[in-house]
Amino acid sequence: MTDIFQLDGANIPFEPGQTVMQAALTAGHYIPHLCYHPEFKPHGSCKVCTVKVNGRTAASCTMPAEAGLNVESNIEEMNGLRRTLVQMLFAEGNHFCPSCEKSGNCMLQALGYDLEVHTAGFRHLYPDRPLDASHKDILLDFNRCILCELCVRASAEVDGKDVFALSGRGITKHLIVNAESGLLKDTNIALTDKAMQVCPVGVILPKRVGFSIPIGKRRYDQRPVSAQALDDAPRQADASGSCDVCEGTP
Amino acid sequence: MAADSEMQTTGLDSILDRYARDPNALLQVLREVQELHGYISSAAIGHIGAKLGIPHARIEGVASFYSFLHLRPHGEYRVLFSDNITDRMLGSQALMEQMCQQLWLQPGKVSEDGLVSINTTSCTGMCDQGPAMLVNGRAITKLTHQRVQEIGHLIRNRTPLADWPADFFRVEDNIRRSGPLLDNSIAPGDVLRAVIESGKDVVEAVKQSGLRGRGGAGFPTGQKWEACRNAPGAARHVVCNADEGEPGTFKDRVLLTRQADLVFEGMTLCALAVGARHGYLYLRGEYRYLLEPLQGVLQRRRDSNLLGKNILGQTDFDFDIAIHLGAGAYICGEESALIESLEGKRGVPRSRPPFPVTHGYLQQPTAVDNVETFCSATLAIQMGAEKFRAIGTERSSGSKLISVSGDCPRPGIYEYPFGVSVRQVLQDCGAVNTRAVQISGPSGMCIAESEFGRKLGFEDLPTAGAFMVFDDSRDLFEVARNFVHFFAHESCGFCTPCRVGTSMLKQTMDKIAAGHGTRHDLNEIEHLDQVLQTSSHCGLGRSACNPVLHTLKRFRPAYENRLKSLDFEPAFDLDGALARARQMTGRDDAGAHLKTEET
Repeated sequence: MTDIFQLDGANIPFEPGQTVMQAALTAGHYIPHLCYHPEFKPHGSCKVCTVKVNGRTAASCTMPAEAGLNVESNIEEMNGLRRTLVQMLFAEGNHFCPSCEKSGNCMLQALGYDLEVHTAGFRHLYPDRPLDASHKDILLDFNRCILCELCVRASAEVDGKDVFALSGRGITKHLIVNAESGLLKDTNIALTDKAMQVCPVGVILPKRVGFSIPIGKRRYDQRPVSAQALDDAPRQADASGSCDVCEGTP
Repeated sequence: MAADSEMQTTGLDSILDRYARDPNALLQVLREVQELHGYISSAAIGHIGAKLGIPHARIEGVASFYSFLHLRPHGEYRVLFSDNITDRMLGSQALMEQMCQQLWLQPGKVSEDGLVSINTTSCTGMCDQGPAMLVNGRAITKLTHQRVQEIGHLIRNRTPLADWPADFFRVEDNIRRSGPLLDNSIAPGDVLRAVIESGKDVVEAVKQSGLRGRGGAGFPTGQKWEACRNAPGAARHVVCNADEGEPGTFKDRVLLTRQADLVFEGMTLCALAVGARHGYLYLRGEYRYLLEPLQGVLQRRRDSNLLGKNILGQTDFDFDIAIHLGAGAYICGEESALIESLEGKRGVPRSRPPFPVTHGYLQQPTAVDNVETFCSATLAIQMGAEKFRAIGTERSSGSKLISVSGDCPRPGIYEYPFGVSVRQVLQDCGAVNTRAVQISGPSGMCIAESEFGRKLGFEDLPTAGAFMVFDDSRDLFEVARNFVHFFAHESCGFCTPCRVGTSMLKQTMDKIAAGHGTRHDLNEIEHLDQVLQTSSHCGLGRSACNPVLHTLKRFRPAYENRLKSLDFEPAFDLDGALARARQMTGRDDAGAHLKTEET
């Protein structure tokens, strides 16, 4: 017999150790998210997946599933909150979708469309974030970074390389690379690294393959992000256990 | 270049050896390198990384998290003015301006000769003797125009800090009212010896005393120790939270100065209760000057067999305490962030549950308590539950130290039984014409005159101890704006709502201050509050809007007087945008300004 909790009125079965997000996605139910990735242990920094659990708010990606929970996700109160959080991320960085190579494959953009974020909402901060084009095969455009830490985790846990890390504090927090020069060319990153594949936005890009798939035919051009929930369902029962590099994890 | 990098790695090995090349000691190593060289060079990071087995980028990430660590040369003399509202009320801003002029320097920049930098820092815990500053991490109090001028001369003459007048560094205890805690006559080891001889159950004794945590949250201490004792784990730890960062609070500083034995005795009792062998005192970097005296007390206790192996002859009772210094991060006062920092990482709060009592330091059961809590625990055990409970109120037993600062003639430390009214404290410190009191710091409550009958205690006004007084000459909008800047500066940046939201809130408050505010902005504040309350990762984000909400509710005219009557007004200021051009051309005449059209 499996245990069950309620998500927007639906019965969601879960395995012990699963979080609300993992159980929901496995059952084919989408909860909007950005920093969650099925292959990594969730850490709950973007807060886009915030839901109401028995009347109190919690990040669903880190909230342990429990029998009998009443989870509300697709309600205006939570979607309104998500809209604001997405607006905050847009205002924090420099996101110019029309000229971005990731347009159509970008989760932040897809979420913006799906949640119907129609206005900027906040004054943009326009931070100064220079590119790193030093590497012969890879471009880093920090302007688009949403600090989800997925590349940090992928590089440390899967690639065993620690190419990326976070630096600074508060609004000055930013992504750095592991080199005394501070340049990507002096790291041991490779095109085949897992860290190359996990960026939900357009920070880490392989050079010379831009626009090989035309805009309009890309992942989220086909179907909205909410219709692709199963693609994000946990792929490993025990998504990488320990993580001493990423923040916020117990 | 080779000589340069050699210079930057000298002395590193002896520091690393002192910490047994333990990667968990990274922050302590970095802090000592900062003290030795004035900054942490890339070469030093490379050297440390190779010896500790930590990637370069991760060390850079840790160093950049803490305000007092610098990755680039930051001046031989690094001057930081304490920027709490109480320092400002005592004139700190004018003093900083004076010093910048004297030394030909802009705030935040290093002088061209690399001699000095001047900036602000969050409250340094000297609110009763401000304005205060830190120079190369050393606290200086009671700043005046004259004192600032003298400091300017000393810096210009490159006088070593050790040769500066001792008077500059004097920190007063300012005890204005004492009670059972401050008046105690417990000799070091007394309580510990009595407990061991009688075989008393410490957890039971603390539970019965009704003692609740003095850090503000008020969790029952006995219950916490019991949970830690019962949690499975290979080892257990005791941590004393002396990261007293809440602006307006300074009672832990006084306890560590005068009652260090009581603190360490409490930690040792806790160790006995939970079965811990290692204890840590996490001392905020601002109290760096207390490190050597505290080390002295620890050594004395080791010599008296109150710490170390077989304490007081008890076989298997081994316990020792190490002091870890913080490096300028308010968030490390949050217990799980503090543990991350103890482990040498960025001080980011963990997701909870699990809580530190089961998964704390090195994922092992850990009891984390405030300085005053450990003192009160020792006292409660010595007095006995009945006598201890007779002090204070039903749900708040014992006494509480209050740090009084702001508009009153007698700022300092006041010990009261719980249940004392705000009015009583105001009367005792001599405050007159009081408009508002900020209870328990920016994350606490701002209350107005009609509420001065309210009582300090967990039943009504819970407090970690800060008590900032504002008289009727003060502008409560500016008070709230100072606190909002504080939260934005101290946000760790982990979660979106707090990282971005506190900056947006700061922008909005600055917009209102600049005279561009509208009703739309007040609505935006309420909206931000909702987002921060419902989705922040920890208490910092959840309370970041409190100063604004509390003052808006009670002192709305302070805001409305500043608003334009329009529904919306852009923050963009055409004339303001020319400021940089004016600075570059050295002009400030009428022709260099755009005139705002009056309509």
